[in-house]
Amino acid sequence: MKVYLLKRILSLIPVLLVVSVVVFMIIHLTPGDPAAVILGPEASEADKESLREQLGLNLPLYQQYFSWMGGVVQGDLGTSIFMRKSVLSAIFDHLGPTLSLAILSQLAAILLALPLGIMAANRRGTLADQTFMGISLLGLSVPNFLLGLFLAIIFAVNLGWLPVAGYQPLSAGLWNHLKFLILPAIALGTAQAALIARMTRASMLETLNANYVKTARSKGLREQIVIYKHTLKNAFIPILTVIGQTFGTLVAGAVVTETVFNIPGIGQLIINSVERRDYSVIQGTVLFITVSYVFINLIVDLLYGFLDPRVRLENIDS
Amino acid sequence: MEATIKEQELSEIKSKINNQRRKLFFQRFLLNKLAVTGSIIIIVTALFALLAPFLTSYTPYEMQVANRLQPPSGEHIFGTDNFGRDLFSRVAYGAQASMGVGISVAFITSLLGLIIGLLSAYYRILDHVLMRISDGMMAFPAILLAIAIMAALGPRLENVIIALSIVYTPYVARVVRSAALVIREQTFIEAMKAQGASNMRIIWGHIAPNTLSPLIVQATFIFADAIIIEAGLSFLGVGVPTPDPSWGNILYDGKLVIYNAWWMTLFPGIAIILSVLGLNLFGDGLRDLLDPKTNNAKK
Repeated sequence: MKVYLLKRILSLIPVLLVVSVVVFMIIHLTPGDPAAVILGPEASEADKESLREQLGLNLPLYQQYFSWMGGVVQGDLGTSIFMRKSVLSAIFDHLGPTLSLAILSQLAAILLALPLGIMAANRRGTLADQTFMGISLLGLSVPNFLLGLFLAIIFAVNLGWLPVAGYQPLSAGLWNHLKFLILPAIALGTAQAALIARMTRASMLETLNANYVKTARSKGLREQIVIYKHTLKNAFIPILTVIGQTFGTLVAGAVVTETVFNIPGIGQLIINSVERRDYSVIQGTVLFITVSYVFINLIVDLLYGFLDPRVRLENIDS
Repeated sequence: MEATIKEQELSEIKSKINNQRRKLFFQRFLLNKLAVTGSIIIIVTALFALLAPFLTSYTPYEMQVANRLQPPSGEHIFGTDNFGRDLFSRVAYGAQASMGVGISVAFITSLLGLIIGLLSAYYRILDHVLMRISDGMMAFPAILLAIAIMAALGPRLENVIIALSIVYTPYVARVVRSAALVIREQTFIEAMKAQGASNMRIIWGHIAPNTLSPLIVQATFIFADAIIIEAGLSFLGVGVPTPDPSWGNILYDGKLVIYNAWWMTLFPGIAIILSVLGLNLFGDGLRDLLDPKTNNAKK
């Protein structure tokens, strides 16, 4: 297990290196002088020069990278020129709503997807299964922001059941918090549910063919026990992988969904920063989310190495 | 003399076999409900985009302030937007932008991904470098990387294509590489090497054609993803800038008047869903046809 752990962690180094270089290069992709782009066309030469100085744009590229990285590894993602505070504190100010939304969507997706996927696998080839596959494909084809807009028109504008947009923190009371997040969570969670449900179905189908399931059935065990105890438990690893790996996608998706419902999360931070050309915030936020995403995947990998002894043994052999 | 006749016969037989294969493939294609439904939807959407000038007498830019936010009627079948522009013509011309981005990205990523995938499958040293880079690129959530690149390049249709091509090339390269790795180990490649064929000839003449089917399937899914992300970027205001119509920025305008004009969300929304669904169905069907061994669960 230790070897596996070490190997898996070492494999992150090149990934993080590439991620950091790409994020660093964002500001240098701008056509022309970044200082002029940030300050706009009316800026004086002196202002531009002092900004170049402040951002270190006069240094050679590799020196800029190392000084930026030096800060990043110490948790310093730079300072927002526009908001006049550190990028990290700006991120933490906006992280709550995004995490709330992502977690709520994930929970809703899992609660919906597992039973549906299991049901579809049990009724393979029937009308119920085909309907399920059709609806889940539709779920994957509707972008979350579009579903959000549709839900807002139906349930907020026309029926008036829930607010169209806005946000209240959890400290304002559970219902006040939830009523703003229900529609966005459904919008964001639907594609996730479709993905998890399809994976559940596929994994269950594969496991239902296993000999030990046949044995369990021929022993005369109740179908419920065969499915939930013998099959689901063993089918769970690929399902867990999908759930873990797509959590990052969910956070990224929240960025767009938030805009539909005017939720003051990371998405709003990024989009506002793009409009203000506040590059250090864009860089910091993209780096923060991507690195968190990489580490969530690491945890998921380690978790199923823990759940399934075969995974860690295989990795030692190879 | 005899030999040439035999060669002629041989080539005739070969072309016959090829013709029959093509026929058989076409018949199997027609039997595959997914692929057929998908391709019909795509063809209809493509026609909608191409024939936009003939389908409507309005231009997508013409503002008639007196006719702001008209609900769908005989005059304006999709209604009008918040500037009094005809929504049907904006959705139809928007199809050109959205489908255009999708097809360009699918094409560019296929080409780049093919080159990168083949080179890294064939040259082991290159493989380590290229695949670590692609691992890093794939660590970014797609929409986030696209937003970051758009922030640097500025909102323009061409830049959306560039950004999405950067985002999706590693995904194609991966697929090509894994197909090429299998081919590389086969006996006929070994035989070619023994005969002294050049690396270029082996890679492009013999490995590349065998990676095409997974490549085409992947390109179809990227086409669909590109449409979704383009719409997302334009909806966020960092994609195709107004007044040029794209499905995403019509939705952006629609959100501003969400209380008054459901049609501004419904029609471009349906256009996005239909085209993406069509491409996904087509891709699933194509995968079943070209590669019957793969798992049916999507992604």
